[in-house]
Amino acid sequence: MSGSLNGPINGPVNSNLPSARPGVGWLWRMAWRDSRRSRSRLLLFLSAIVLGIAALVGINGFGDNLARSIDEQARELVGADLVLSSTQPFPAALQPTLQKLGRTHSDEVAFASLVQFPKGQGVRLAQIRALTGGFPYYGDWVVEPTAAATTFRQASANQQRIALVDDALLVQFGAKPGDSIKVGNLIFQIAGRVRKTPGQSEFSASIAPTVFIPGALLAQTGLVQRGSRIQYRRYYQFPATVNVDQLIKPLEPRFDKVNIDSDTVASRKKQTGRSFADLTRFLNLVAFVALLLGCVGVASAVSLYVREKISAVAVLRCLGASGWQALLIYLLQIALMGLVGALVGAAIGTAVQLLLPKVFAGFLPVAVNVAISWMAVAQGVLTGVLVAVLFALLPLLEIRRVSPLRTLRASYEETTEKTDPLRLTVYALIAAFITGFAYLQTRDWKLALGFATGLLVAFGTLAGLGYLLRRVVRRYFPSSWSYIWRQGLANLYRPNNQTITLTVSIGLGVFLLATLYLLQGLLLGRVQVAGSGKQPNLVLFDIQPQQRAGVVQLVKNQKLPVLQEVPIVTMRLTAINGHTGSEFKKDSTRGIPKWVFSREYRVTYRDKLIASEKLETGQAPSLGPDGTPRISLEDGYFKRLKLKLGDTLTFNVQGLPLTTIVSGTRTVDWSRVQTNFLVVFPNGVLEAAPQFYVLMTRVPNNTTLGAVQRELVQRFPNVSAIDLGLILKTLDDILGKISFVIRFMALFSIATGLLVLISSVFVSRYQRIKESVLLRTLGASRRQILRITLVEYALLGLLAAIAGLVLSAFAGWALALWVFEVAFTPNLAPLLILAVVTTGLTMLIGLLNSRDVLTRPPLEVLRSEAG
Amino acid sequence: MTATFLSYSPPLIERLICSCFVLKVENLTKSYSSGGRSLTVLESVSFELHAGDTFSIVGPSGSGKTTLLGLCAGLDRAASGSVWLNGIQLDNLNEDQRAAVRNEHVGFIFQNFQLLPTLTALENVLVPLELRGVKGGAQTAQALLERVGLGGRGHHYPTQLSGGEQQRVSLARAFANRPKILFADEPTGNLDADTSATVVDLLFGLNREAGTTLILVTHDLELAAKTQRVVRIKGGSVVSDSLTQRTTASTPAQ
Repeated sequence: MSGSLNGPINGPVNSNLPSARPGVGWLWRMAWRDSRRSRSRLLLFLSAIVLGIAALVGINGFGDNLARSIDEQARELVGADLVLSSTQPFPAALQPTLQKLGRTHSDEVAFASLVQFPKGQGVRLAQIRALTGGFPYYGDWVVEPTAAATTFRQASANQQRIALVDDALLVQFGAKPGDSIKVGNLIFQIAGRVRKTPGQSEFSASIAPTVFIPGALLAQTGLVQRGSRIQYRRYYQFPATVNVDQLIKPLEPRFDKVNIDSDTVASRKKQTGRSFADLTRFLNLVAFVALLLGCVGVASAVSLYVREKISAVAVLRCLGASGWQALLIYLLQIALMGLVGALVGAAIGTAVQLLLPKVFAGFLPVAVNVAISWMAVAQGVLTGVLVAVLFALLPLLEIRRVSPLRTLRASYEETTEKTDPLRLTVYALIAAFITGFAYLQTRDWKLALGFATGLLVAFGTLAGLGYLLRRVVRRYFPSSWSYIWRQGLANLYRPNNQTITLTVSIGLGVFLLATLYLLQGLLLGRVQVAGSGKQPNLVLFDIQPQQRAGVVQLVKNQKLPVLQEVPIVTMRLTAINGHTGSEFKKDSTRGIPKWVFSREYRVTYRDKLIASEKLETGQAPSLGPDGTPRISLEDGYFKRLKLKLGDTLTFNVQGLPLTTIVSGTRTVDWSRVQTNFLVVFPNGVLEAAPQFYVLMTRVPNNTTLGAVQRELVQRFPNVSAIDLGLILKTLDDILGKISFVIRFMALFSIATGLLVLISSVFVSRYQRIKESVLLRTLGASRRQILRITLVEYALLGLLAAIAGLVLSAFAGWALALWVFEVAFTPNLAPLLILAVVTTGLTMLIGLLNSRDVLTRPPLEVLRSEAG
Repeated sequence: MTATFLSYSPPLIERLICSCFVLKVENLTKSYSSGGRSLTVLESVSFELHAGDTFSIVGPSGSGKTTLLGLCAGLDRAASGSVWLNGIQLDNLNEDQRAAVRNEHVGFIFQNFQLLPTLTALENVLVPLELRGVKGGAQTAQALLERVGLGGRGHHYPTQLSGGEQQRVSLARAFANRPKILFADEPTGNLDADTSATVVDLLFGLNREAGTTLILVTHDLELAAKTQRVVRIKGGSVVSDSLTQRTTASTPAQ
């Protein structure tokens, strides 16, 4: 028999390695066949994609619709092709130029004033627009009856005392067309009810409802006085062939000089888009977070799936499939399911997108035309498939390395001596994807890189923490503790432990959700005003210097406190350190925002700071020995302008140039109802300038409010009384709407986060079940196993949740500082609740996972798991 | 003993023309390092098999039987020594190349059947054929299922079949690509006595018809006795290598 142990007679050679390979068709067939019985297993994966993509498509679609609607309706928003506006009457020297600009134009003088309905003695602050001409030229001016608009346009010429009044105002006072309204010294007959004016949103209409009066009758109302806050506007209509922006470009320097703002359809488009930038930016971030959670969900769901498929892969390998073929079978499956998920997600997202404009309808300036945004749908579907493939690849790559030996030995473990270069490639692709996606959502490379780095840091920290936990528990193992604790703790570092995987996936989930929550707080808190206690709730505006004593007396007669009384002078900034606005405009590298030179500053003067202010640097305002005013700036404004103490700012105070020196900065508590100022002058400079006073008081009830308003209208018709309570209520209403949408969208993220949690805990199921069965076989009671499981998952859940929260606090702070530019004051209580809930859920899901072990006899479980 | 061996062996001249053994194992050694110590599970095993040989590896648990089978089938790599399978030296091939060799030349039967749970019986039998890129494999697969007595169960999933039926499907799959050599790891280990008998009959029957070389790993000495040659290993080394009564009784089909 020994002959058989001899060497080969003729040495065998590796001449004819088999090469026949099945085509792609077979891969598809296998992918399809294999999926038939495991589609339900991919449900977690599918839901992660569906939710992520739904949020993405919903939000991006809404953004698209909003942008398109603004584009389409920009002309309606302006109501004309060009609007020139100024706080001063247009100078006589400019009149010929303005006449030449275009023949079809309308003039408007707008200001706030109290109006009175003589019938019911009702008084309220309204926006008065004294109009001459055919404005609005575009958009629907919805007036009932329809003929009233035409009658009104001719009223100026006929000196007819008629007015058009906003619906909100008429409703409030139970008035109707035909009744009369008193504006200043004149009584007008209400000719029509205005339902909608181009460019005015429901929101602004409810805060300051408009009363249109014929321009020719303005002077007789007696409301226009020197120093009053008045807007003068001229609306132009041009033939469609005229390029308005080119037409006014050469005139702009002259307009700038006399503080005339020009507003064209194109500039309005930009501006309107920008005013919703915060909202869309936040919503984009929500979509980003939802999608990222989806990504984490995909990765953990697929790693769970792969774990189940390993024995099948080993068989395929044994039968001769190559590593790539095995990988491709599952990759095709995942890609296909990803496509299905993305399509379903896009459908749900489209439904959400159709819903969002309805929720926001009240305060968007345009009617958002809901159309399916195919762009968003396509982007969503593509992103879905990409996410599915990219994040599934991480766990799927392991399939290539599954050894066929597993068919012979179920417990065989592949040795992973070196890192897979492909894995590194996938990591790089994921990093590129996240950065690219963040860029697409924010259109800002710096931000995109910031997001990606933040995520990388979060990921690294969590993985590091998981690693550290393992090391620490092992190093300082409490040998004297009870068996249950020792066993539970040992589970954290024993072979096949899930410590790092669970810390990372649960931690990332918590991190993203908590960040979202913090942001929501940031955005909502930004506009929340304290409206209670001793805070003022009535502001009297536009008090002329000669009316000051009278108004104070009026307030005191009603036994009301004068909480604050400040003079206000309006001015514009013309130069910083001698460099004018147009110089800065040319040199964008200095990073001075454009609004710095274009806005109107309302400035007060005093020599000390008030209670709501705190000195940050330098000193309070003072008059320098040379007579140059030393002014104080709000700290944030000072920083945005990149100023330093000692810099000079030159203002145009209603025609007169005035150079000042920055001598100090203040922080202002904006949440207190006060008249707060960016710029404060010292006493002794502005006293002679045209100015008005603002007086703040607190009225105890609406009866007193009505009495004050009535008396004001009779004695000081130009003084406006702003009811802060009403404004706060309206603001509250809008905040309610915004937060509803934010919460609704965050719900998607939370749902995805929950999926992540479930799938990450599921991943560990297969390890734990065998061990628990073994323990039961060895005589452990259910109670003991239950507690061991609890100890392990409680520790993991707690560590991941706390780490996620700490990371999110950093992220929230960074976002507040750099993206939203607001102060960061997190509300900690709900975050702690989130930590507790996450830990609890981790434990619960962990327990549900092991319920098999607890309820079924050990042998049965062993048998079924062995198969 | 030598005489009987020579009487069944192919003539010398035929061996020269064939120029190879179906399986040749030379000085095969396998060791694992465990806790810093090296543990040798297989030491200097050599043997060779010709076309149509039937061969069993027997030994107690942990003796290295399954390790040897894994190495012979190219499922694992040895620390030293060589394996030639149908003239192809496996040691230098990477995992994918060895997979291709398995698909071309090797069939497998496992103790726990290892059918793909998500595929029907027919599809399971089809896999080796499809992997090879064979067109119209379904007929071959159906014929094989009929041969193992499961012609009407092709559309059933493994969970819908009994253990014996599953092992019969796995037999059909093992022969689907007309392998040169068939490896069977405890093929009756998970079956009761009656079912075992059916499966064993089918295994040897199919093997005879196809002229396949059969390597069987088993505890069951009765089953081992059905092969022509039995290698007994213990502690990783061959302790005996003997021909059985079968050698004279059966004639290998060529």
